Amino acid sequence: MSHNTILVFELTILVLSIFLGIALISQVPTLLHTPLMSGTNAIHGIVIVGAMLVFTLPDMGAFTWVIGFIAVVLASANVVGGFVVTDRMLEMFKKREPPKPIDASQDGKGS
Amino acid sequence: MSYNLTNLLYLITIVGFILALKFLSSPAHARRGNQLAAIGMLVAVAVTFAHKHMTGYWAIALGMVIGGGFGAVAARKVRMTAMPQMVALFNGVGGGAAALIALAEVHVILPEPGAPKADISIAIVLSALIGSVSFSGSMVAFSKLQELIQGRPITYAGQQFVNGLVLLVAVAAGIALIAGWQQEWLLWTLVLSSLLFGVLFVLPIGGADMPVVISLLNAFTGLAVAATGFELMNNVLIVAGMLVGASGTLLTLMMSRAMNRSIGNVLFGAFGQVSAGAAAVAAGEAGGSVRSASAEDVAVMLAYAHKVVFVPGYGLAVAQAQHDVRQLADLLEEKGVEVSYAIHPVAGRMPGHMNVLLAEANVPYPQLKEMEEANPEFGRTDVAVVVGANDVVNPDARNNEGSPIYGMPILNVDEANAVVVLKRSMNPGFAGIENPLFYNPKTVMLFGDAKESIDKLIADVKAL
Repeated sequence: MSHNTILVFELTILVLSIFLGIALISQVPTLLHTPLMSGTNAIHGIVIVGAMLVFTLPDMGAFTWVIGFIAVVLASANVVGGFVVTDRMLEMFKKREPPKPIDASQDGKGS
Repeated sequence: MSYNLTNLLYLITIVGFILALKFLSSPAHARRGNQLAAIGMLVAVAVTFAHKHMTGYWAIALGMVIGGGFGAVAARKVRMTAMPQMVALFNGVGGGAAALIALAEVHVILPEPGAPKADISIAIVLSALIGSVSFSGSMVAFSKLQELIQGRPITYAGQQFVNGLVLLVAVAAGIALIAGWQQEWLLWTLVLSSLLFGVLFVLPIGGADMPVVISLLNAFTGLAVAATGFELMNNVLIVAGMLVGASGTLLTLMMSRAMNRSIGNVLFGAFGQVSAGAAAVAAGEAGGSVRSASAEDVAVMLAYAHKVVFVPGYGLAVAQAQHDVRQLADLLEEKGVEVSYAIHPVAGRMPGHMNVLLAEANVPYPQLKEMEEANPEFGRTDVAVVVGANDVVNPDARNNEGSPIYGMPILNVDEANAVVVLKRSMNPGFAGIENPLFYNPKTVMLFGDAKESIDKLIADVKAL
């Protein structure tokens, strides 16, 4: 495939992703906005793939090596921290913990 | 691994990420979505390890252990009240990684054959610029939230001019690079001036505007990652980066709409600096006598109410009072009082901050009401208890055209039969705006640390 064919293909993906993103995010209730932020935070940790690809460059010198290494460290902190924090948050969202009796006066509206 | 197989496997990652966002539409299965995204990430990392030109396995593994170890420990240990700064930190390191990748790429590409194609140059410039701004901006936001530096806006004469100049240098270096004047020092100039711009641009933004800034920086990192995707011609980075970019942008717009201010005003207005004059006027008008009550009085009001609504603000997070509020609520529910929580979209320091705190305290989420849902309820509420919130319940936003927050949608607590405000002292809130709610004859003030006050209320309600 020529460079330009790939570029057009990538631009198509880009535009579709924007619309998909907007459609998905507008379904997220304000209740979950903090987990949304930290979840998307974890997702942009995918930059770790880019950091790893630095190590596929031809003729890596010491400089590139160091830069690539720091990039991997930062991106790994992003990935692991992002997912763990999000998991911790989402674990906390409960309707009501089981031992408590259900209060009849409560409006039983879900989600 | 072949190019096609690699991209095919990356599709698993993409599906994982999309499902994660889709599952966030309800708290019931949101956690599973996050786990799917983590699996997708694992697949992407494994596939990348199998790249046919991959070298430095040990370096990568070591980097992952160091970075991942730090991330895991920090994420496990952090208190829920410190969540905004954690999010800022992890956001910043992602942006930093994107900028570093650009530097490494350019360093290897440029010297000999040189001259990458225009689209690659544009991608390199964008990822370096946006990634650097996101990195340094997030670090300043982190420092402000962690109170390493003062949270109030830091301003000086000619600030806008200096900021503009620094950004101009970065953009000029970027244009020169794209135009074909490809020197490595230009990229360094670009990165350093972008880093400086990130610092300068977040410094003048006040703590109460943090929800907007954090969302915006989140969008920036997403865009930087998408640009990195173009630089490396890698689909998964493009899709993931743009999903995050769309999410951050949407949240930024929602937050500034919830404050009834344009993004430009939030970013360049240095809010919380001004408005001393307006505050004085408001106070004068109110001609205020403030009613202060004892915990016993308030306990009686609460225990004999039918419906009580708690209105939390950043003060709740500062005082770490979320568990105490929940205990008080439980106690009231045992007495047959209907309890709910009214949450303003910009209460706290990041989108949804109060929801997470109260969820930590095991408040069932159906009790957490959004503004649209909560406002019609205040008319039939006996007592509204404002815990550490100020501007989001300020009736001036509705009535006083001269107020700096006029037009901002607020929680109409003044429609409740009685209002109890828990507050440290009569100092105006973060933005320095006087609040006529405190002078309302329906309002009683309970002065003191929010946590101590709530604990006293618990004791007094029990004693009844």
